Amino acid sequence: MKDYLNATYGLKSWLLTRDHKRIALLYLASVTLFFFVGGAFAVMVRLELATPPADLMQPETYNKMFTMHGVAMVFFFLIPAIPAVLGNWLIPVMIGARDLAFPKLNLASWYIFMLGGLFTLWAMVTGGVDTGWTFYTPYSSAFSNTHVVTAALGIFIAGFASILTGLNFIVTIHRMRAPGMTWFRLPLFVWSHYATSLIMVLGTPVIAITILLVAAERAFGLGLFDPARGGDPVLFQHLFWFYSHPAVYIMVLPAMGVVSELVAAFSRKPVFGYAFVAFASLAIAVIGFLVWGHHMFVSSQSVYAAMIFSVLSFLVAVPSAVKVFNWTATLYRGSISYDTPMLYAFGFIGLFTIGGLTGLFLATLGIDVHVTDTYFIVAHFHYIMFGGTIMGYLGGLHYWWPKMTGRLYPEGWAKLGALTIFLGFNLTFFPQFVLGYLGMPRRYAAYPEEFQVLNVMSSAGATILGAGYLIPMIYFIWSLRYGRIAGPNPWGAVGLEWTTPSPPPTDNFEKTPIVTQPAYAYHLLERA
Amino acid sequence: MLSELPLFPVGASTIAPQVDALYLFMVGLALFFSVLIAGLIVYFAIRYRRRAPDEIGVAATGGLILETAWSVIPLVIVLFIFVWGAAVFFAMARPPADTLTIYVVGKQWMWKFQHAAGQQEINELHVPVGRPVKILMTSQDVIHDLFVPAFRVKADVLPGRYTTLWFEATRTGQYRLFCAEYCGTKHSGMTGWVYVMEPHEYQAWLAGGVTGSLASSGEKLFQDLACNTCHLPDTQGRGPMLHNLFGSTVLLATGEKVVADESYLRESILTPRARLTAGFEPLMPTFQGLVSEEDVLQLVEYIKTLKK
Repeated sequence: MKDYLNATYGLKSWLLTRDHKRIALLYLASVTLFFFVGGAFAVMVRLELATPPADLMQPETYNKMFTMHGVAMVFFFLIPAIPAVLGNWLIPVMIGARDLAFPKLNLASWYIFMLGGLFTLWAMVTGGVDTGWTFYTPYSSAFSNTHVVTAALGIFIAGFASILTGLNFIVTIHRMRAPGMTWFRLPLFVWSHYATSLIMVLGTPVIAITILLVAAERAFGLGLFDPARGGDPVLFQHLFWFYSHPAVYIMVLPAMGVVSELVAAFSRKPVFGYAFVAFASLAIAVIGFLVWGHHMFVSSQSVYAAMIFSVLSFLVAVPSAVKVFNWTATLYRGSISYDTPMLYAFGFIGLFTIGGLTGLFLATLGIDVHVTDTYFIVAHFHYIMFGGTIMGYLGGLHYWWPKMTGRLYPEGWAKLGALTIFLGFNLTFFPQFVLGYLGMPRRYAAYPEEFQVLNVMSSAGATILGAGYLIPMIYFIWSLRYGRIAGPNPWGAVGLEWTTPSPPPTDNFEKTPIVTQPAYAYHLLERA
Repeated sequence: MLSELPLFPVGASTIAPQVDALYLFMVGLALFFSVLIAGLIVYFAIRYRRRAPDEIGVAATGGLILETAWSVIPLVIVLFIFVWGAAVFFAMARPPADTLTIYVVGKQWMWKFQHAAGQQEINELHVPVGRPVKILMTSQDVIHDLFVPAFRVKADVLPGRYTTLWFEATRTGQYRLFCAEYCGTKHSGMTGWVYVMEPHEYQAWLAGGVTGSLASSGEKLFQDLACNTCHLPDTQGRGPMLHNLFGSTVLLATGEKVVADESYLRESILTPRARLTAGFEPLMPTFQGLVSEEDVLQLVEYIKTLKK
């Protein structure tokens, strides 16, 4: 039988495909490339920080390393990873559709993403950029003599891919659901992607405009952010974080969607409080637009503005807490298996809990003043983006890999990989909380000697983490040829994606499914 | 080994114990919830492990009470933390009335501190113990951030405006000072030391090797730049009289009123037409680019001393 992988052959059949599943695999290859590019920069950062002086590389080189690590990871891995790979592949299948609403636009998104990626890679290989991924003005617009405009234009271009993907998801979820697939029968993965798409469509234009303003000041000397030219440097921070804080939710909401699927599938029961989890996603997306000022508590904004942003930041923590409690409650009286995807889900819940709770420290005005711009921040957002997004992404990739490729990966190696990554991650980033409260500032090529022991622990953890990543990379590729044949439903999971062959045909289903049950209807299985 | 592995920073300011108390409360809270969640996950994962390949979980229903509980309880907790955190923040943001003011200009990649008595120092800051100190800060180029971990305070140092930071040191000693906002190549070299001294030692230090006070340097500049040709010590000048100006309320040509603080004085020197005093013609030229931020600070300090 023809499936989507062998329906047609040749490079052209991939580069001109309109099949959402093939486009998802194009994205998989692209974001994996950027992940390893960003990871290589992280290795350089941690190597330099193994000793207090800036001895391995010059400070200007170090500054480029952490900048390019952040740019590659945030804009070209974390933001697209789950939506463009897993979302792209799964949303049509989960709602019983043959494709996304706009298949050609979907392919165009990938080309736009690659064009943006090439711009930024070009900036990296021709000398790099040293502004930090946050591009704060007036350093970025008037002082740095690195390739700021090229790198920023890459981010500008890639933003359109994000907008178009979000648009495509919104229209698809509204218009393409199979008969009987009502809103409250949608898998929570789809709900979380709907919320994510809203942020992508509403937030991304703001960063696009902001980048153009920086480029205009840099290239044409317009006085926008540089006070020497009559501009306002803090204005940039408002504009930047108006997008970039919601962008954190672009990164983490899809991972929450994945975890909802994993917890249900490997407990074999419905997610506890389905509607609360679904609406928590929307609440996070909406409130998330109103908290950007918490990045600026020490940047001279008024104390009253700081108080408003602080209280709103606390409010956005509540729906996140609700989700954690609901996932945990889902385990109660479940039929829990310890397959690799579930290990990642456990890891996600634990690490996201720490990331979320340390986020409360940063929303607390009196503590934020001391810990902002220190390693406490670095630790916190890695617990969210890594402990959250990447654990979710890897969990999802393992869960749906048999569906995407038709092959199983080797379970023992996968468990070893998950454990290695979990231990390496905690050893890398937990000491950074301590470093932060001690007062070690971030973005330092050299640091006082009293911080060395904790930094060595962190660098040692990063070595374990780096090795941990290579394990799935190797066995996933190995499994494409040698993995056991998975069959349509290796996990005994419910959900439309498990009712079609692995890998599915190009049109996903033999005939359009008719949905008669809520999501995660494991309790109805026995009676049937 | 343990001496090489510090886990908690020294506290040497009046605000430090307040921040630490809040921090330790939060650590306790975070530990409680992390252990709760992790403990439940481990317990459930073992207690409800799959015992047969085709086993199905038991669907739970009717969670409204639970959902309400775990929405409302976190809400109450976070609002409590918010109020506590805001109270500490207010204490940090509001310096007491009688502070010792020290000026700092940040520039790539150094800190230049100026004391009113005339002492200037680079990457070092001498302050007396037990006296509130206000640092009035500006940057000559990009954004910097003055951070003294032992005092638990930091604030951005912005080009084009003044920001302030205050602390009252409680222990004499030597404490690290960092730039905490990434500012370019030698960001990690923009560090130094704060020396907290006994008041009499501080006075002795202030007296050592000084040519003239900050205000006297400002006075000289005031004459060199010919400010004194228009700003006379009476109301007959073409510009407003500057005596008793600092801290007073100024009526602007637009009808608005502003308090003549350091930021207003700085703006009126660099861009005089931005907020013109009522009753005066916009005759004064801009001094943007003609005077450095250190010059402006000297002028400001001089104007602050003009009293009748």
